Amino acid sequence: MATVIIPTPLRKFTNQTAKIQVEAGTVGEIIDRITHDFPELKKHLLDPQGGLRSFVNIFSGDDDIRDLNRKKRQ
Amino acid sequence: MIVFEPDPLVRIKIHARNIFPEECCGFLYGTEQADGTRTIYKILEVDNAKPGDKRRRFEITGKDYMQGERFAADNELTLLGIYHSHPNHPAIPSEHDRVAAQPFFSYTIISVMLGNIDHIRSWRLNDASQFEEENFSPVQINQSI
Repeated sequence: MATVIIPTPLRKFTNQTAKIQVEAGTVGEIIDRITHDFPELKKHLLDPQGGLRSFVNIFSGDDDIRDLNRKKRQ
Repeated sequence: MIVFEPDPLVRIKIHARNIFPEECCGFLYGTEQADGTRTIYKILEVDNAKPGDKRRRFEITGKDYMQGERFAADNELTLLGIYHSHPNHPAIPSEHDRVAAQPFFSYTIISVMLGNIDHIRSWRLNDASQFEEENFSPVQINQSI
């Protein structure tokens, strides 16, 4: 079970929900799940190709997932 | 309207003055009433992450934003906005400020002239992504701080 903290400016797209509990195994599955439950959130997180928008940062614990992906590729 | 409790107001002024002539920045925490009135109870100072000259720009890292949201959750407050200073300039947001701004947040700007606090104003983006000034209270500036 993952706990997702929604940044304040995006909470108007999550019915003012600050924390969302998600049953999911990967970050991709978490994004799929919360954008399914809160469709308005999708265009603010993802570009038209389904990629993470450049100004959106997602952290797993204290780690930025972009840094984790970069380390995996090295 | 945005209302500052005395302690956070003093702290943002001290931060702005100590960092002069560079821009300081930080988070504003509080509650929002149904009529839209925001009351600020706490602030969190954040390092200005702008590379190079920090006298005209400020930048907050994604990690600091994440930790700022965590601080809000831990203190059962809402992250309501961001404060920053304008050294030797009025407390009017620049175009750079506007482009970097996010909806919902209050942007409180402290004007620091020659190292002394001059005035404070606060702004929010409207639906057309333009800044509109919000009423700021209290507005009395204690020059001794």
